[in-house]
Amino acid sequence: MANEFPFFAAHPELTYLDSAATAQKPQAVIDALVHYYVNDNANVHRGLYTLAYNTTEAYEAVRGQVAQFINAKTPSQIVFTRSTTDGLNLVAASFGPLVVHAGDEILVSGAEHHSNFIPWQQLAKRTGAKFVVAPVTKAGNTDPAAVAQLITKRTKIVALAQVTNVAGGVVPLAPLADQVHAVGGYLVVDGAQAVAHMKVDVQALGADFYAFSGHKLYGPTGIGVLYGRQALLAEMPPVQFGGEMIDEVLDAQSTWAPVPLKFEAGTPNIAGVFGLRAALAFMAGLDMKAVAAQDHALVLRLRAGLLAIPGVTVYGDAHSAGIVSFNLQGVHPHDVATVLDEAHIAVRAGHHCAQPLMARLGVPATVRASFGVYNTAADVDKLVAGVAEARRLFHEFD
Amino acid sequence: MSLTKLDQLYRQVILDEANHPRHHGVLKAPTHAVTLRNPSCGDVLTLQLQVKDGKIQDAAFAGSGCTISQASGSLMTDQIIGKTPAQVAAMVTAFSDLVINGSVPDEQILGSAAILKGVHQFPARIKCATLAWKAAAQALTEGDQHD
Repeated sequence: MANEFPFFAAHPELTYLDSAATAQKPQAVIDALVHYYVNDNANVHRGLYTLAYNTTEAYEAVRGQVAQFINAKTPSQIVFTRSTTDGLNLVAASFGPLVVHAGDEILVSGAEHHSNFIPWQQLAKRTGAKFVVAPVTKAGNTDPAAVAQLITKRTKIVALAQVTNVAGGVVPLAPLADQVHAVGGYLVVDGAQAVAHMKVDVQALGADFYAFSGHKLYGPTGIGVLYGRQALLAEMPPVQFGGEMIDEVLDAQSTWAPVPLKFEAGTPNIAGVFGLRAALAFMAGLDMKAVAAQDHALVLRLRAGLLAIPGVTVYGDAHSAGIVSFNLQGVHPHDVATVLDEAHIAVRAGHHCAQPLMARLGVPATVRASFGVYNTAADVDKLVAGVAEARRLFHEFD
Repeated sequence: MSLTKLDQLYRQVILDEANHPRHHGVLKAPTHAVTLRNPSCGDVLTLQLQVKDGKIQDAAFAGSGCTISQASGSLMTDQIIGKTPAQVAAMVTAFSDLVINGSVPDEQILGSAAILKGVHQFPARIKCATLAWKAAAQALTEGDQHD
């Protein structure tokens, strides 16, 4: 599998275990970007010449491929964004004020990434709503029972990651969606860490909105997707104004293009959309059951290897979707990461844009390893050896 | 694995300094205080100074961070006590140049803090080493504005 990714030929010595931050790109994705700029470069939704028309048609067709990928009903429910962050902020800024008013409640988990935490915290401040943060499990994952318990008649928005980005827990969303819908609220899902690891069905999840990024899905950076229910997207006002998003502009007023173009002001990331198409084709070639089985085997191997080292705390559990966070007692995660870097092992060390979760775990930071389809048991063994080496280095003076 | 390079970064004296930091805590009567963060990694450092008669009479730091940031906080506070703000400003510049380039002509003004020069081989860690010194510079600058 790694041979489809030219990055690994460029870095034969590197063990890359940071795919939850960004995944490496298959040759087909890189080729798609080059192919677009060499052969098809024209702005979309503007030119009347054949090239611009064809590029616009091809660009719009990708919405259908994205819709199929997450089982949306129609391509017009697919808004192209910059990233997951961009999509979540769009929902908070545009949809939020339509449904959230003073005295209402917005509910998130204490395990959310900042991008699915701050937009809601700020929306609550602006509207006078109550911002409710559900407690997490001891292992650092979203606790579905705790979330369920905090859904009240006043809950207007529940915002959750399908897979949390520190401990990698998969959140069973469908029952929570039913519960929040029953009280007249809405479920917003951060799908950033889910889409590369499992088949996503937004209808089965009951998601009112679902946001994800291309770059964690083996696609390019700078392209993301926001899915929304048709009726909700139609009601929402645009938050950015400019080209491509209008129906008619007069001196005194303007009207907007229909969904989804009303949310796509300015020249979009056209190359990114074609790169995303190639990434979706790559994903379509994967057996997602095999991907899940490989994730599970690597997670089990890594957890067992780490837990065999004295003084290692491992967060999450054996069912994590390809993400394992841990700490080595008495050694700061940055120091662990530096020792691993010397052994050419790339991991993330820090707060992972989840400071509220770090506070709940009582640590300033963790080390995080995360898997892509190219990772192997040998990568896991190198990491475990590196952590043992870090322990030796820092504890020999004890 | 290049142990030499790692051993230079994590010399025993640096590990000892981080594990048993000097001047760690708070001052009774600080005249200057500042809290700085490394937003990318979450390190946080609060520095308090007591400046009197044109000299740093006492200094203390608190917060959490990696070996490098904690050792640097310990070494920095120890070295600036007894110095004038102008001397400290020169030390801040010298320390920053030292951990970026690995050497600096006036290394001796840093005293034992110069032992952190091994950081220059680890560009990702320069910010950890300089956090305490940036705090010293900022505490003194902001203090000047209020004098």
